[in-house]
Amino acid sequence: MLKATIQLETLSCPSCMQKIDNAVKSLEGVDKESVKVLFNSSKVKLNFDEQKTAIEKIENAITALGYEVIKSQVKAE
Amino acid sequence: MNPESNKGIDTQEGDAMVQRYILSKKNQITLINGVLIILAFISKIGFENIVVFNGALIIASLLGVAPIAIQAYQALKVKVVSIDVLVTIAVLGAFLINNYEESAIVTFLFLFGAYLEQRTLNQTRSAIKELTEMAPESALKQKENGEFAEVEVDEVDIGDILLVKTGAKVPVDGTVLTGEGHVNEASITGESVPVSKKKGSQVYAGTILENGTIQIVADRVGEDTTFGKIIELVEEAQDSKSEAERFIDRFSKYYTPAVLVFATLVWLVSQDIELAITILVLGCPGALVIGVPVSNVAGIGNGARNGVLLKGSEVIQSFSKVDVIAFDKTGTLTVGNPKVADTKIYTTNVDEVLGYLASMESESDHPLAKAVVEYIGDTKLSTVENTDVVKGGGIVAYVDGHRVAVGNVALIEKENVHLDEKARADIAGFEQKGNSLVLTAVDGELKVLMGIRDQIRPGVKENLQKLKALGVKRLIILSGDNQGTVDLVARELGLNEAYGNMLPEDKSAFVAELQAKGKIVAFVGDGVNDSPSLALADIGIAMGGGTDVALETSDIVLMNSDFSRLPHALGLTKATALNMLQNIVIAVGVVLVLLASVFLSEWMNMSIGMLAHEASILVVILNGMRLLGYKLR
Repeated sequence: MLKATIQLETLSCPSCMQKIDNAVKSLEGVDKESVKVLFNSSKVKLNFDEQKTAIEKIENAITALGYEVIKSQVKAE
Repeated sequence: MNPESNKGIDTQEGDAMVQRYILSKKNQITLINGVLIILAFISKIGFENIVVFNGALIIASLLGVAPIAIQAYQALKVKVVSIDVLVTIAVLGAFLINNYEESAIVTFLFLFGAYLEQRTLNQTRSAIKELTEMAPESALKQKENGEFAEVEVDEVDIGDILLVKTGAKVPVDGTVLTGEGHVNEASITGESVPVSKKKGSQVYAGTILENGTIQIVADRVGEDTTFGKIIELVEEAQDSKSEAERFIDRFSKYYTPAVLVFATLVWLVSQDIELAITILVLGCPGALVIGVPVSNVAGIGNGARNGVLLKGSEVIQSFSKVDVIAFDKTGTLTVGNPKVADTKIYTTNVDEVLGYLASMESESDHPLAKAVVEYIGDTKLSTVENTDVVKGGGIVAYVDGHRVAVGNVALIEKENVHLDEKARADIAGFEQKGNSLVLTAVDGELKVLMGIRDQIRPGVKENLQKLKALGVKRLIILSGDNQGTVDLVARELGLNEAYGNMLPEDKSAFVAELQAKGKIVAFVGDGVNDSPSLALADIGIAMGGGTDVALETSDIVLMNSDFSRLPHALGLTKATALNMLQNIVIAVGVVLVLLASVFLSEWMNMSIGMLAHEASILVVILNGMRLLGYKLR
């Protein structure tokens, strides 16, 4: 399991949280319980299984929704 | 790449590109949209030209609905019925019944509202952003050839040797290897008086080297540094949610789909498209979801600026309702640096006895021993042998062949030293003044009596008064010191109750007892030896000089151990809790009034509904923003 912190552009609409939350949770290999979308700091924190998915896939799922990923950090849990 | 086989992916990616392009031009679209609406009304009112009027509005509607529809589509793809979905359907509905005026104005208000929200939200978050922007970004790291090169701070590992020049930020927590300088540690402690650093000193990430040049070895990096922990704490805090907020979140998840279902039912029953789409717009939950987080981030941001770290919205809620505040004495109400205040000498051989005393006490770390050594100053030190430390009593040892006992009354009595009437009267007198006692006996005879007192922190009395004025019913002191001392401090400071002779476990038991009676209890301590009480209390408040323990075990940290920040913290949490309540009332109130008026009044329509919604969102954001400027009167 790896732990990722993804910094997004400033989030301003509350419904984006729900969108990002659902989009990320629906990815295979992402630990659903760990997904946290932080509205004020505009970050997504989650744990994922590097055997099943990659950080790029998670980033793509978010950019596909129209939110820019500024930077992401991946660390061993 | 073979274009044939990848055609499907290409079009998909192409679509995504178009969508992103449209979304990125949202501000320009809003502007054109607004201009078209103005043109439409000029041509209608000024020239009575209905063709231009409708034409301009149709273009405005189509242009305006595009980004909203894209957002709606993206939401539906991940199975979310968002506000965008409601608005898109409403606009399409208005279009269907040829009401271009409504469809254009609604898209404009929605887009312009979103623009203003983003701008104002950035304001509410500015205080915390200021803090995170103090994080160091680069470091000068020593390469294998011995030269220093600039690298990103993420590339620094434990054990690396780094160079810090004048004016630069210390990149990580570390120890000074060579060089000297003064460091401004305001980002960690809140205290801006520069601290001198030389070989062996600890330096902290995020602090600024004001003069000199130092080389340091990295001890802790990234999120493990003290500054990293503070940032993480504040970042987590601004997004932490109380039970009530989690309820609102769950509620709003089902709320938007419910509005959609309700509007559909109304349409099916009444066959009135106009009414159905109006309900869609009026039902948007706008301010409800945003109201509480906005107050939260502004309140926590104000705290961060003023040396008060609040760990989230649950803490704000409970501290705002606090009934009892219990204080540790030493290091909290007092400076924590005891000094010898009174002495009585019962011998003519003063220098010799004080020499013995200093010799023994200089081997001890006890705060009272340090005060004694400091008081005696330079003197002849002798060898101390056969030292016996009596727990809770003092020390017995041999110095120059004499048996010397240093400690409290109990120890001296155990040593069978006779205390005459005069000595007993002195002891009683010293205790009454709030002294801790250190008695010295040489070969079974009392020679010296010292009274040691801690200084009360300046301004504590006024700050306690402010806490009372803010509505705290009971202020209690819990201390390990003797009852006489504790009573005296309590009287001097005007505290309600004082309990002495308490061990850490007695203190936490006391807190638990108050809680069992249904009181909301805050405990203020130095974060080191009071961790059980800090953890148990409803709100643990640490006087933290940026120590890890204080950050971890407490709910509120007063930076730089500054007691005067406590009333500010209480006032701020009360203001923030009230602000959250106001925002909930505004949000719910607006939705209820709008929904009621659609059935009860003639004048309600989609545009007015959208205007009211966007206005209410701005009102809650502006209301939250007031907290950034909060000051205790």
